[in-house]
Amino acid sequence: MSRAGSLRGYVLVRIALMIPMVWVLLTVVFLMMRVAPGSPVSATLGGKLPPAEIAEREAALGFDRPLIVQYFDYLWDAVRFQFGTTVTDGQTIGSLIVENGGATLTLTVAALVVALVFGLPLGLIAGRYRETIPDAFIRVFAILGYAAPPFFVGLLAQLLFAKNLDWLPASKMASPITQATAEVHTHILLIDLAIDGNWDGVWDVIQHLILPATTLGLLVMGVFIRLVRVNVGQALGGDYVEAARARGVSERRVVSRHAFRNALVPVVTVMGLQAALLLGGAVLTEQTFSWPGLGTRLLQYLNSRDYIGVQGLITFFALIVVFISLIIDIVNALIDPRVRY
Amino acid sequence: MADPVLSLRDLRIWYGAERGAVRAVDGVSLDLLPGETVGLVGESGCGKSTLGRGVIGLLPAGAGHAGEVNYKGQNILELKPKRLRAMRGPELGMIFQEPMTRLNPLMKISDHFEEVLKIHEPKLSRKEARNRAMEALRGMGIPPTRYKQYPHEFSGGMRQRIMIALALVLRPAVVVADEPTTALDVLVEAQIIRILADLRRNFDTALLLITHNLGIVAEACDRVAVMYAGRVVEQGPAYDITTKPSHPYSRELLRSTISLSTTELHSIPGAPPDLVSPPPACRFHPRCPDAMQICAQQWPTTVATSPGRRSECWLHSKDQIPKGLDAPLEREALAAAEEA
Repeated sequence: MSRAGSLRGYVLVRIALMIPMVWVLLTVVFLMMRVAPGSPVSATLGGKLPPAEIAEREAALGFDRPLIVQYFDYLWDAVRFQFGTTVTDGQTIGSLIVENGGATLTLTVAALVVALVFGLPLGLIAGRYRETIPDAFIRVFAILGYAAPPFFVGLLAQLLFAKNLDWLPASKMASPITQATAEVHTHILLIDLAIDGNWDGVWDVIQHLILPATTLGLLVMGVFIRLVRVNVGQALGGDYVEAARARGVSERRVVSRHAFRNALVPVVTVMGLQAALLLGGAVLTEQTFSWPGLGTRLLQYLNSRDYIGVQGLITFFALIVVFISLIIDIVNALIDPRVRY
Repeated sequence: MADPVLSLRDLRIWYGAERGAVRAVDGVSLDLLPGETVGLVGESGCGKSTLGRGVIGLLPAGAGHAGEVNYKGQNILELKPKRLRAMRGPELGMIFQEPMTRLNPLMKISDHFEEVLKIHEPKLSRKEARNRAMEALRGMGIPPTRYKQYPHEFSGGMRQRIMIALALVLRPAVVVADEPTTALDVLVEAQIIRILADLRRNFDTALLLITHNLGIVAEACDRVAVMYAGRVVEQGPAYDITTKPSHPYSRELLRSTISLSTTELHSIPGAPPDLVSPPPACRFHPRCPDAMQICAQQWPTTVATSPGRRSECWLHSKDQIPKGLDAPLEREALAAAEEA
């Protein structure tokens, strides 16, 4: 079998495995939403309307049908990417994703960049110079970054950089003037502004982005640092590293070529899992910084018990995580030839 | 006799441990002639691998050393790391015990070869490097079609042949092979040993073959050094030592070898000593069937028992033993001495 063929086979199998994964996921989301008593209608409007009217509205939305019927209905909708309309403000999940997804995407990508740009080198230094003073500092930094909740870090950052130093804006995604002048092309504000050549606006959004992206990035960075550190340390003690040294390969090359690349394999694997951490952290970070993303919407629907909204957004988040883990597995197969077999 | 290409003089290597220094190599003097294969045998934990790494200056951080490893008139243990690194590969090569984990899993075989060739012979063009590598692989029976494959696509025996090719592609003057066949099955073992034995004929490479298998020594080596608890207790021509060992340890080790004619299993009672606080005087006396009282009190002198042959045992200098101390060592007395 040719190499390309085996990679293609691997990817196809991996995609086929997504189907049962997504099915289990949808089922869990559905069941969790049904564990709580009542329906979205009674949860939202209970006490405000007479019971007869609530029952009538429930019937209109189909919540009086047997659970199994609702389940298959939901599955069938999910297959067609139809996640319904929110009860509280009558938006389709699709339009929510289009409207608010861009902000979440911007935030998470920026946070990931922050985490990678600072996390990988710090982890490499800590792993290379283990049990030294820099290593100790980096490790403490990593633990704090991972352990401190984003709403706390975000609050401190807002106090220091926005209020006391007045360097950066404290919240929102852009100034009112930028919001008002921006035209919608892709629903990703940063790109829309760039398309219009509104560079002042782009700079404005980037300024707004720095604090939330760093706050969320710190969370993920902690994991990267510790992971890279352990793996670099392990790789440097590896047999092939000693063998490379025995062939006169320079220490610099041993670290960069032999140890670091091997250490990255598990890091890439874990990056798939980080997607979940990143999205979870995004919900908290968005709320802290009034960032108009999906996380803010999710919290809004949670507070108003809008089960359709919560269900739709969680399903979307979960699908994203599944999709990212697929991408990560493919990247992993490209880096590490052993994965393909 | 030709000048030795490598000579160890009173080499000592120790590791710092919490209880004190672990004296893994404790005063070894050994010569390696050009094109000669010297077997280094002994039980696990007697310092063979440490000695082998010391010879190419590849000691872990925290290891201390004294004595000399002379190669081309310079003590390589005193060289600056950069100079030493430049010598590792083209002058001093190493083959390891476990071939499965010695190749970088993310690098193709071709990358491994091109890396070392580029480092040590930067003037070589890509194409020349490729040809050199292919030639070295062909010499080991690895077809050139597999040049671009990854390590995991090869069997253990093939990987060990690749490791050998990787060491030989730079034509080093000295190669240390640290139990190169321990992880392989017997057929592959025979194949690897044959390749190593052919080395001296094809190149002029001196080989230090570390092993605990005396059968390999008899087959592939010119000379043998028997190591026990950090010391070389006996050295001499391979044939002589494997047929008529003169040190009790060599003899017992030889008796423990399993072959088709073995009718019962023999082992040396006890275990190799703790190298933090080895037994006083002769290191082997607590396990030696021939131990005399002197053996627990005074260090035996090294005696040339025949040309090119040396043995560190009181049995060969009986005339120097003070009166009364040549009586067999009482085992009860021994236990008491150990407690003290």
